[in-house]
Amino acid sequence: MILLSLLGISILVALLLAFIGDWRYAPEINIGGSLLTFFVSLVLALQVYREGGSIAGSDYFFVDYLNISLVVLTTFVSTTTAIFSRRYMLVEREHGRVGHWRMRFYHAMFQLFIFAMLIALVTNNFGVLWISMELATLATVLLVSLYRTPTSIEAAWKYFILCGVGIAQALFGTVLLYFAAERVVGAGGNALLWTNLSQVSGQLDPTVMRLSFVFLMVGYGTKAGLVPLHNWLPDAHSEGPTPVSAVLSGLLLNIALYALIRCKALVDGSLGSGFAGNIMMGFGLLSLLTAAFSMLRQKDVKRLFAYSSIEHMGIATFAFGLGGPIATFGGVLHMIVHSLAKSATFFSVGHAAQMHGTQEMAQIRGLIRGNPAVGWGLFLGVMALAGMPPFGIFTSEFLILTATMKDAPLLTPLLLLGLAVAFAALFRKVQPMVTGLIPAGQKQLTAANIPVFLHLALVLLLGIYLPGFLANWFHLAVEILK
Amino acid sequence: MSLHPFGIELLQFVLLLGLAPAFAGWVKTLKCLAQGRTAPGILQPYRDIRRLFGKDIVLAENASWIFRFTPYLVFGVTAVAAGIIPLISVDLPLAATADVIALVMLFGIVRFFTALAGMDIGTAFGGMGSSREMMVASLAEPAMLMAVFTVSLASNSSSLTQMVAVMGHAEFVIRPSLAFALAAFIMVALAETGRIPVDNPATHLELTMVHEAMILEYSGRHLALIEWAGMMKLTLFFALGIAAFSPWGIASDGDIGALLLAFGSLLLKLAVGALVMVLIETGLAKMRLFRLPEYLGSAFLLATLGMIAFFILE
Amino acid sequence: MTHTFAVQLNSLLAALILLTAFALLAQRKILGLVHIFAWQGFFLALSTAVIGYASGEHHLYISSLLTLVMKVILLPYILYTLVRKLKVHRDIDAVVNIPTTMLLGIMLVVFSYHLTAPIRELSNLMTRSTLAVALATVMLGMLMMVTRRHAVTQILGFLAMENGLFFAATSATYGMPMVVELGVALDLLIAAFIFGIFFFHISTTFESLDVEQMAKLKETD
Repeated sequence: MILLSLLGISILVALLLAFIGDWRYAPEINIGGSLLTFFVSLVLALQVYREGGSIAGSDYFFVDYLNISLVVLTTFVSTTTAIFSRRYMLVEREHGRVGHWRMRFYHAMFQLFIFAMLIALVTNNFGVLWISMELATLATVLLVSLYRTPTSIEAAWKYFILCGVGIAQALFGTVLLYFAAERVVGAGGNALLWTNLSQVSGQLDPTVMRLSFVFLMVGYGTKAGLVPLHNWLPDAHSEGPTPVSAVLSGLLLNIALYALIRCKALVDGSLGSGFAGNIMMGFGLLSLLTAAFSMLRQKDVKRLFAYSSIEHMGIATFAFGLGGPIATFGGVLHMIVHSLAKSATFFSVGHAAQMHGTQEMAQIRGLIRGNPAVGWGLFLGVMALAGMPPFGIFTSEFLILTATMKDAPLLTPLLLLGLAVAFAALFRKVQPMVTGLIPAGQKQLTAANIPVFLHLALVLLLGIYLPGFLANWFHLAVEILK
Repeated sequence: MSLHPFGIELLQFVLLLGLAPAFAGWVKTLKCLAQGRTAPGILQPYRDIRRLFGKDIVLAENASWIFRFTPYLVFGVTAVAAGIIPLISVDLPLAATADVIALVMLFGIVRFFTALAGMDIGTAFGGMGSSREMMVASLAEPAMLMAVFTVSLASNSSSLTQMVAVMGHAEFVIRPSLAFALAAFIMVALAETGRIPVDNPATHLELTMVHEAMILEYSGRHLALIEWAGMMKLTLFFALGIAAFSPWGIASDGDIGALLLAFGSLLLKLAVGALVMVLIETGLAKMRLFRLPEYLGSAFLLATLGMIAFFILE
Repeated sequence: MTHTFAVQLNSLLAALILLTAFALLAQRKILGLVHIFAWQGFFLALSTAVIGYASGEHHLYISSLLTLVMKVILLPYILYTLVRKLKVHRDIDAVVNIPTTMLLGIMLVVFSYHLTAPIRELSNLMTRSTLAVALATVMLGMLMMVTRRHAVTQILGFLAMENGLFFAATSATYGMPMVVELGVALDLLIAAFIFGIFFFHISTTFESLDVEQMAKLKETD
């Protein structure tokens, strides 16, 4: 019942927003709906914690330690993004970049997007997982082209086409998975249920599962922005409105990765070898290195952080590929802290770009003097993303590095190189933006500061002190993936 | 009563030599009917050939032996092909010496010498025709081989008589591979025999002609031989198509009754085949020359798809 | 209709689907492409119905009907209307010339055959051999999207891929569970809605549906 209300709220709010249109209080309704969903997800999490294990709502939905963590994260970030977007979109409207109809569209699609992501997380069925991933893509395509500028249309088209091609591969992989499952579980809808498949993963035919995983990897890997399937990501994440960039980078990538690690768990069970893990490590390392070096060359601030997302997804994919309790724990933690830090950074970046009327880094200067909250928010967010202690990303990266040194010592230098280059790139690009004198033409605005600092505080908290119950929680989540 | 295999062989030669002009006349008649013109009659090609034999030969001063030798070679080689393709019976002793690849090569020899002769005199038209002909050939031959190979795969042999013997007695099965191969074969055969949409046998327009440009300098009995060989080639391609794709009715030995039946079915199939070709020709316009690679490429693709379909689906 | 006959008929339909996939690669005219796409959908629907009849899996009739409505009537109609409205009549140039594309396509077919060989060994369904064709259709759709730089052809490639996936599901497992098939159809419907909007946006912003013009977003150096 709670599960249904979790999903129901967002779709109802989406319909409501589509119906009432650009009413004065539409942003507030958007915030309210997200907040309500967040509370429901907390209740659900509490229930999982109390009952200690997974709850299968019906054949269609289930929650366990792993996906409820991501559900809470998703609803939390979507709430803060909604708060941020209220202020941000107000400014965009004043600048005349969006009109009446598009605001209505924007709010409705935002909630639909949340709905699609929540379904992807709590569904028990691999087919439905695919469908909701595709739905999430479709919901965001038109958000990316919201401004209707030539570049935004180009970015959205690229996003639509490339992700469409990519995710089609995942559907083929799902067909193969169904083929393998049908021989063990029997025909019918039950053969795609995670709760059934995880029980019998050892009996699934290894040849088919191997093939299936390759397709699933390419498909969901495209959605997770892994190199060399990442081409659409920098464009899509940089051309849309900033709240959309924040949820695309912070949430949707996580969902794709979540799909991938569920598949990996099945394949590992079937093959009993490091096949899937090795592929993921390869993709992860390649993403980390390519993205780190690409960051050095960026001029557009949102593109810089889009590449940073690729980098962090690479790290997390690498961690899950490596496997083992420490690396997987690091991977889950990394997904969460990256999501928080990245969306916080995008919030600051959005305001900074509004202040200067451009996304070009060369023209954004003197943020700390101009608007201390935005400036410090950006600076601290970047420090967190770069993996500086005491932020949570340092902790997760440290865990992953430790595990790498133990299990795959030869890859450690590559991992370190990627992290170092990414750090250098971020620091070099962002330092001149936040320090220095206020340039001519910088505008003042009232920024939405609460979301930024709330996120950063959480990232900090997770870095210096992981509460016992939370650590225990993550350990239980990691257990699921073994 | 049964005929000796060599008797059948001889019969086939005679049949082809005699039947080819009539078949060409039949095609022309159908075409005239389709275009609403008055037909000259099925026998007109015989009269043309006789008239040409009666005329003197005009030779260019610089014509070499190749030019004089080519008509006889073309005629002879085409006639030999009649010994390989089972027109009415599969009991052909010559067929054991040459399979379908050799057949394609025989046609290749004909083409090679015609092209040489076209260039021999040194006129612009001859050279142009030769170069175009070779372009068509280089693209058509692979497609041709692929199409026939698909049938070979289905019948486990590249010998034409063997193919006919196997396919003629197989029960009816829907075979996508053969359907593709047939489509490809029709496309290539139109190109090989110089029909619309690849070449127009009735034109002497300098920009479009291909085959006619090569033989423009021929006259008298040389021309008669080449024209006759051309008619035989047309008939042979039909016979090849019949043997590969609808071999029912072809006799398996020299039994007179079976031979008569085979002859009847051959006539019927030729008549129907000509009708199909005329319909295609009337429905299409001649293609621009530089679209030909695409046309023949599609034929090749179809043939290859047929082969792939054989492996994947059958 | 006997069982063997159904298998043969299905093979023929599979071959025709493969043929239409190649025809999509070869065709230059946009309306021609839409027609070929509709034919592909028709063969697909027919094949699904035949499999449904021969295997006794009657839920395939629903899938078949769904395909017929979506891919033979609705989507081609939408595309047709859009193309007419946006006045896209010009032939479409391919980035790679057509014969080369065809050769690449043949290689992809062989590759798909090779890839699906283990499944063919394992499966005991009557449709096991058509899985290679299904994967090939997916690959060819992808090839079309890569080699044709036009919004309409890219969408047609995308839809052809979807056809291939649907065919794969019927070949490998007699179709996915109903909830999944309905969900995929719903996604497809939304996608159609979105690309319709996109056609308008692209053609008003760039004054053509040629995707080649969209090359502003490059790696900055």
